[in-house]
Amino acid sequence: MSDQVIDFTQYPDESGHFGIYGGRFASETLMASLDELQHAYKKYLQDPEFLAELDADLHDYVGRPSPIYYAQRWSQKLGAKIYLKREDLNHTGAHKVNNTVGQALLAKRMGKQRIIAETGAGQHGVATATVAARLGMECVVYMGSEDIQRQALNVYRMKLLGASVIPVSSGSCTLKDALNEAMRDWVTNIDNTFYIIGTVAGPHPYPAMVRDFQAVIGREARQQILEKEARLPHSLVACVGGGSNAIGLFYPFLNDQEVDIYGVEAAGEGLHTGKHAAPLCAGKPGVLHGNRTYLMEDEGGQIIPTHSISAGLDYPGVGPEHAWLKDVKRANYVAVTDAQALEAFHDLTQTEGIMPALESSHALAYAKELAAKVDKEHIIVINLSGRGDKDIHTVANLDEIRIT
Amino acid sequence: MSRLQAYLDKLKAKQKTALIPYITAGDPNLDVSLQLMHKMVSAGADIIEVGVPFSDPMADGPVIQRASERALKQQVTLHAILAMVQAFRDKNTQTPIVLMGYLNPIEVMGYEHFAQAAVAAGVDGVLTVDMPPDEDARYLQIIKQAQLDPVFLLAPTTTEQRIQKITALAQGFVYYVSLKGVTGAKQLNKDSVKNKLDIIKKYTALPIGVGFGISDADTAAIVAQYADAVVVGSALVKRIEAADGDVTKIVNDIEQILRSMRTAIDAIMP
Repeated sequence: MSDQVIDFTQYPDESGHFGIYGGRFASETLMASLDELQHAYKKYLQDPEFLAELDADLHDYVGRPSPIYYAQRWSQKLGAKIYLKREDLNHTGAHKVNNTVGQALLAKRMGKQRIIAETGAGQHGVATATVAARLGMECVVYMGSEDIQRQALNVYRMKLLGASVIPVSSGSCTLKDALNEAMRDWVTNIDNTFYIIGTVAGPHPYPAMVRDFQAVIGREARQQILEKEARLPHSLVACVGGGSNAIGLFYPFLNDQEVDIYGVEAAGEGLHTGKHAAPLCAGKPGVLHGNRTYLMEDEGGQIIPTHSISAGLDYPGVGPEHAWLKDVKRANYVAVTDAQALEAFHDLTQTEGIMPALESSHALAYAKELAAKVDKEHIIVINLSGRGDKDIHTVANLDEIRIT
Repeated sequence: MSRLQAYLDKLKAKQKTALIPYITAGDPNLDVSLQLMHKMVSAGADIIEVGVPFSDPMADGPVIQRASERALKQQVTLHAILAMVQAFRDKNTQTPIVLMGYLNPIEVMGYEHFAQAAVAAGVDGVLTVDMPPDEDARYLQIIKQAQLDPVFLLAPTTTEQRIQKITALAQGFVYYVSLKGVTGAKQLNKDSVKNKLDIIKKYTALPIGVGFGISDADTAAIVAQYADAVVVGSALVKRIEAADGDVTKIVNDIEQILRSMRTAIDAIMP
């Protein structure tokens, strides 16, 4: 990349590109709807009434602003100043709801009565079913049949909220296949249906739109850390599956070149084993789900199965903005294993009394590595993207404890 | 002029509607696919669409999804499919071949490399479902420079402005997706197809193929009243699946349904 300074707020370009990444690699039937969505989203993002309603919902319904918490004991243990951005305290227990609240308001403005979504671990499905219930809209959630087995609790939550959960048993029966199926539904029911994508991937304008709805995380964090420390943090750390919580934290800091940025992927059983979900660290650029980005693929361009202890990171692609931030070297992408994440899960739970989601535990695990390399005045802000209650069965199984 | 365009023009001059069968290459294996290609020509196919299997076929219904899965289980690659096309060309230099699939296998091979290899193998046209013509000018340029025809989809939702833009870039023919939905869906509406084709014809002299939702001889005949070409995919692939590896049955069943479609299409001609 040249020495020329990039203004990161100017991306993506008009056609949804972040450098060579992003774009709109979608089938023709979707093009008119994607245009319609882009126009609506651009219009309402400037509309004071829409923004006021969004702010009120984020405040009164989601519970924002979420606090930033100085983890004093853990900081002392690790030898750095650790702040946790508490997205786990949001309604429904994760950052996902920031986006579903925003997109659902947009759906309502656009007159769409039916909402569909894909989900992996079920957090985005629950967040979508939640806002659909509140707005009285029909909600259909696609979920891989494997994931339905693994996340029975979230499946039940969605059903309680009135959503239909449709099992997807094609391909690898996980998140990517759920996304394929949601796209197929959307093409078929394009006139009355709004597709709420849960991460910063998909055809333009999704990566930009989801980022803009999640950027509230970084805007708050920036202001909060300035209040507490009277300076910007040295480093930001967040886990990256599709990458929505990460971009939400990073985006408002991208032009602050003095802030180092770390996105943490799932190394699963280790990058060398091939059993991981780390396209940025170990994949190659390609085209999937409507955008060009780094992918886990074989030499013939077929998407290969991923593995992570955390269902929310178990995805073979990643948001195109991350792919670009990697190439222009604005952010560093690293990976931690299942074992490291699990250790960090226990650490935080026991040291701070906060039980993190296994996804967020990846960010915590990398913060431990980072803290070992910096001095103790080094300020690290970690996005604690979700709470760990949903993962208790997984953790208990790994620890060979049976919960009845 | 390309083989594809020349062939379609010749048919048009004879007021004949083209029949374009689709099969997924490698379902159930490449040897059978090659055998089917020849058989389909003798049963009345004018052009053959060769499906390149992909792990994530977002625009396809369950029938073609399962065909892709069966082909990928055989480790079928784009290279192997091009070799199959080359083998087909040893015996047949007339029938145009269009590769249909998703962009990523081509992206990974590299656009230039792919275009050269496809032309060398005897491919005439390329349809990538998830590569709209306005996404990447470089791709379009490479395909055209290699003398391959880029075939693009038009949908019921495509605006007139886009129809104009896409038909200006397309070559060979344009492929009208007859319904909102995925391949193999059932709700074909002949009036809406006719209306949209009338609009498309305002903007282009290219032949128009219609597909997605042609399930039997009757629907083929209905569509043939308005279209220059009828594309049939899931209806064939469904029979391949049902034959469950019995090669003789696969070949006979495909031949039979194509012949019935051919007859039905030709019967409505003036």
